[in-house]
Amino acid sequence: MTMQAIIGLAAGLLFGLGLIISGMTDPSRVIAFLDVADAWNPSLAFVMASAIAVALPAFSLYKRRGALVGQDKHHPLPDTRIINRELVAGNALFGIGWGLCGICPGPAVVLVGHGSASGLIFTAAMIAGMLAYAWYEKVAPGEQSSVASG
Amino acid sequence: MSNIYLQATLGGALIGLSAALLLLLSGRIAGISGILSNAVLWRVGQSGWRVWFVLGLLISPAAYVLAGGGLPEANPSMGAGALILAGLLVGFGARLGSGCTSGHGVCGLSNLSRRSLVATLTFMGAAMVTVYFVHHWGA
Repeated sequence: MTMQAIIGLAAGLLFGLGLIISGMTDPSRVIAFLDVADAWNPSLAFVMASAIAVALPAFSLYKRRGALVGQDKHHPLPDTRIINRELVAGNALFGIGWGLCGICPGPAVVLVGHGSASGLIFTAAMIAGMLAYAWYEKVAPGEQSSVASG
Repeated sequence: MSNIYLQATLGGALIGLSAALLLLLSGRIAGISGILSNAVLWRVGQSGWRVWFVLGLLISPAAYVLAGGGLPEANPSMGAGALILAGLLVGFGARLGSGCTSGHGVCGLSNLSRRSLVATLTFMGAAMVTVYFVHHWGA
């Protein structure tokens, strides 16, 4: 196992634990958060706020100093500033899908690990959607964003 | 730990810590849709750490249970049709929009990206409108 593999595994595990503890892997709680019209449960706003409170100093440090270790010290951050149709259309489609079942990509993978049949069906379809995009990106004319940050 | 606000704050901090470690130790963005897509598409030299990250996500429920935690209901009552439609939209949309809740919502906003702010407001708004239609329209 390389250092990069260990860091990847640890980060994935930590991320998954965060999703479980925060309630993001519970679709009914996600839908209650998104349901502003009825008994809104705003607790999940604290997930994003808290995550940003921890990650933001790391991003500002990275912008000044680069990575703390490793050879790949200055792997550039996504710096696309273009706000285009792809960005808005893609996130609108993603939001509709998220609202339908209350599952976004991270929790989907965690639910598979949990042995959830619903999570497995959702994740299989999600991967099919990603592969469909990879195909679309190849055949669609015009400019495409090359940033794959998501 | 019964308070859902405390759970949300603690869980969020772990997510932020994961993103911070990944960035500071390997210069990578913890964007799940990008990581998963690139892990599945398998590009030589690009996929290695991403496969490990996905593995970390997959084993997290087992680690949580081993640590004494109780997992929420894993099979919410949703039809296969809705799950498939939602999964396709999430997978395609997150790639077209260059990110999802993690890539734009956590990392992009932490990077003070206006593009990610637009993305986050768009998917939040679309999700809230969708929930409204599904749960309150004609119900």
